[in-house]
Amino acid sequence: MNDVRTIPVLQTAKKSRFSLRKKTILSLCFTASFLIIITIVGVLCSDTAVTTDFTQKNFAPSIEHLFGTDWLGRDMLARTLRGLSISIFIGLGASTVSAVIALILGTMAATLGNKVDTVITWLVDLLMGIPHLLLLILISFALGKGTFGVIVAVALSHWPGLTRVLRGEILQIKEEDYVKIAQKMGQSRCKIAIKHIFPHIFPQFIVGLILLFPHAILHEASITFLGFGLPPEQPGIGNILSESMSYLSMGMWWLAVFPGIALLITVILFDSVGSNLRKLIDPFSAQD
Amino acid sequence: MKLEAKNITFGYKKSKTILNDVNLTITESERVALSAPSGFGKTTFCQILAGYEKPWSGQILLDGKPLPKKGYSPVQMIWQHPERAVDPAIRIGDTLAQCPDLDPAVIKGLGIEKDWYQRFPGELSGGEIQRFCIAAALGKETRFLIADEISTMLDLITQSQIWHFLLSETKKRRIGMAFVSHSSDLTDRIATKIVAMEKE
Amino acid sequence: MEANKRKEILNIEDLFISFNQYEKGLHRVDINVITNLSVNVMEREIVAIVGSSGSGKSLLAHAVLGLLPKNANVRGRISFRGELLTAKRIGELRGKEICLVPQSVGYLDPLMKVGIQVRHSRDDEETKKRQQQLFDDYALKEGTAELYPFELSGGMARRVLLASALMENPKLIIADEPTPGLDLPLAKKAMADFRDFADKGNGVLLITHDIELALEVADRIAVFYAGTTVEEALVSDFDREETLRHPYTKALWRAFPQHGFRSLDGVQPYVKEMPSGCPFAPRCESVEPACSGEIPLRTVAGGTVRCVRFSDNKGEHGEKGAEENEA
Repeated sequence: MNDVRTIPVLQTAKKSRFSLRKKTILSLCFTASFLIIITIVGVLCSDTAVTTDFTQKNFAPSIEHLFGTDWLGRDMLARTLRGLSISIFIGLGASTVSAVIALILGTMAATLGNKVDTVITWLVDLLMGIPHLLLLILISFALGKGTFGVIVAVALSHWPGLTRVLRGEILQIKEEDYVKIAQKMGQSRCKIAIKHIFPHIFPQFIVGLILLFPHAILHEASITFLGFGLPPEQPGIGNILSESMSYLSMGMWWLAVFPGIALLITVILFDSVGSNLRKLIDPFSAQD
Repeated sequence: MKLEAKNITFGYKKSKTILNDVNLTITESERVALSAPSGFGKTTFCQILAGYEKPWSGQILLDGKPLPKKGYSPVQMIWQHPERAVDPAIRIGDTLAQCPDLDPAVIKGLGIEKDWYQRFPGELSGGEIQRFCIAAALGKETRFLIADEISTMLDLITQSQIWHFLLSETKKRRIGMAFVSHSSDLTDRIATKIVAMEKE
Repeated sequence: MEANKRKEILNIEDLFISFNQYEKGLHRVDINVITNLSVNVMEREIVAIVGSSGSGKSLLAHAVLGLLPKNANVRGRISFRGELLTAKRIGELRGKEICLVPQSVGYLDPLMKVGIQVRHSRDDEETKKRQQQLFDDYALKEGTAELYPFELSGGMARRVLLASALMENPKLIIADEPTPGLDLPLAKKAMADFRDFADKGNGVLLITHDIELALEVADRIAVFYAGTTVEEALVSDFDREETLRHPYTKALWRAFPQHGFRSLDGVQPYVKEMPSGCPFAPRCESVEPACSGEIPLRTVAGGTVRCVRFSDNKGEHGEKGAEENEA
């Protein structure tokens, strides 16, 4: 046989030194740690965020106050960070609850027979049919607003999409030959669910959960902005923005611009964490 | 022991019946070849025999009693596509462990090697996975085996390995068998009885 | 000889395919799936590549058509009608001179009528005429062009897929497992259509796991084992065991239900634990030390074989080698 090296090459695997998987994992780690730092710093800032100092009011952004100060002399950087950390906590709580609801209802719809399925599917369609914001306001208002109201409202309005996805996945796996065979081998329903069904939907579930984050955070900010969310003394991003409205006409642009951009960046970062995770899990891109 | 299919009628759509009033009896240590033109519903009939599909009407009786709903079924089926019959996400050894009382002699007779246990189905060939499927279907309680084109996708050497083992095992344990194969030479070698299914 | 007069359509020599895959975490390894594969197709000939399913023989078709995924490494000399192909040239020939007949109607768009799909979305008069001609040739009834893929029966679907491949007047058809799900009469009909195409001076490369069917229609059989072709034999060589060359092919022959149904212990080696030299050596009864070295491809009695028993005029003294090995 002749030397392998003389054989013409028709295709070579794309091998950049920085493989896509490495890049994805790096950016995943970076965004995740960035978000964690924001959250921790925000918690540490909780006192600074509400301390007033009338000698320092209405300052434009400077070295000392990077985001400027407001009409009560509160440092806007501290307030923004605090606002973000509140948003992240609420987002975390609300989307976790939402995802768990989705998991339970999705599993029930797929396994407990036609009647349960019809009811749950109907509920999903119903909730998806109502405008999101309206539903959020209604629930939050009914629960007397406040932090609790916001969390419940966001949690109760975000599960339908994921429920539908999980239900579909489970229905499909249930029809697989290996699940039917496991039944004939005498495996109990519970064992089959744990061994054969949950491992397959777990990636979907985690990605779905993380992609709920940005929605939850944005919606929390929206209803707070409209006055149906967090109480005014909490420096949530929604509150900061709505308070700044009356000062914008006086030329204090920094009150709204910086917190707004910060919120936007946080949301984009969460979204990128979710899509990067999906890239790693998805078999179509996992080998690139 | 005998496995009976009585007046089986079945279809996937309301309007179209595939099987119409089909009857079949298999006694122990009998190997029945089911022969019919393609599209007749041989695979469907196998699935009904093994209790995977419920017929519209008619019954499957094992010694006069319906098949048990729970526990390891005494009527086990081996599928045409082994790679679909095992969970791709778990190691093949775990899939095999579903069979409650594995006989080490079965494992040995099928030529299953110990280091395959740790592999995922994607790392095994179809023939290797099929050996695991057969081992799992040959628990101590198995009385009847339904084999639907189980060696169609395998090479001839693997096919003969598997059939030689199945022949000796079913003879030894007096397990009854119904099988489908498109190869008439293979059918001649295996079957003790050939049942031709025909449309009325 | 007649074979020498015929022109060669496809010649694959020393084809290597490996995949670059993640093993654990970020560690990547190259997995060799096809090594040292050689096969050729002449004019007016059907060559069948026969191997067990999942053994990687479909990758060969994908390599010739340049359809492998991004993480594949491909090396090899592929010539088409005497011209050595580059990756770019393969892309140009694909769908024109070389066409794939896929496994099932699953490869057709379910939402488009078959006529327009066979015409590759062109609607000029000439294309329409050609499509009508093809449909007539393959006895597809009036109005078939207006059907959707799900309305086709198994036999019709086969002909539509074939017509679609023939639209551009190719010289070579590669058929990847064209018969599963068809019963014997239908499969034979499909094969007759391939025969017809080959008889017009073209070539067919048939990739299948069904050796019995391949023996019915093909002119030559390339036996695929563990990522390589161990032997290329004429169909008539399969009449008797003695005319076959490689020990694996002989073992295969003995495993035919009508030829003794004898089995052989062991399995095909795992891709990650491939032995060096002959992949069949661990199961071969006449194995000798030279089997683990490089084994050249030899032409023996009109076929080719890759086995030490035929290298360097050593002739057939494999049995002696086996005794030495056991001692």
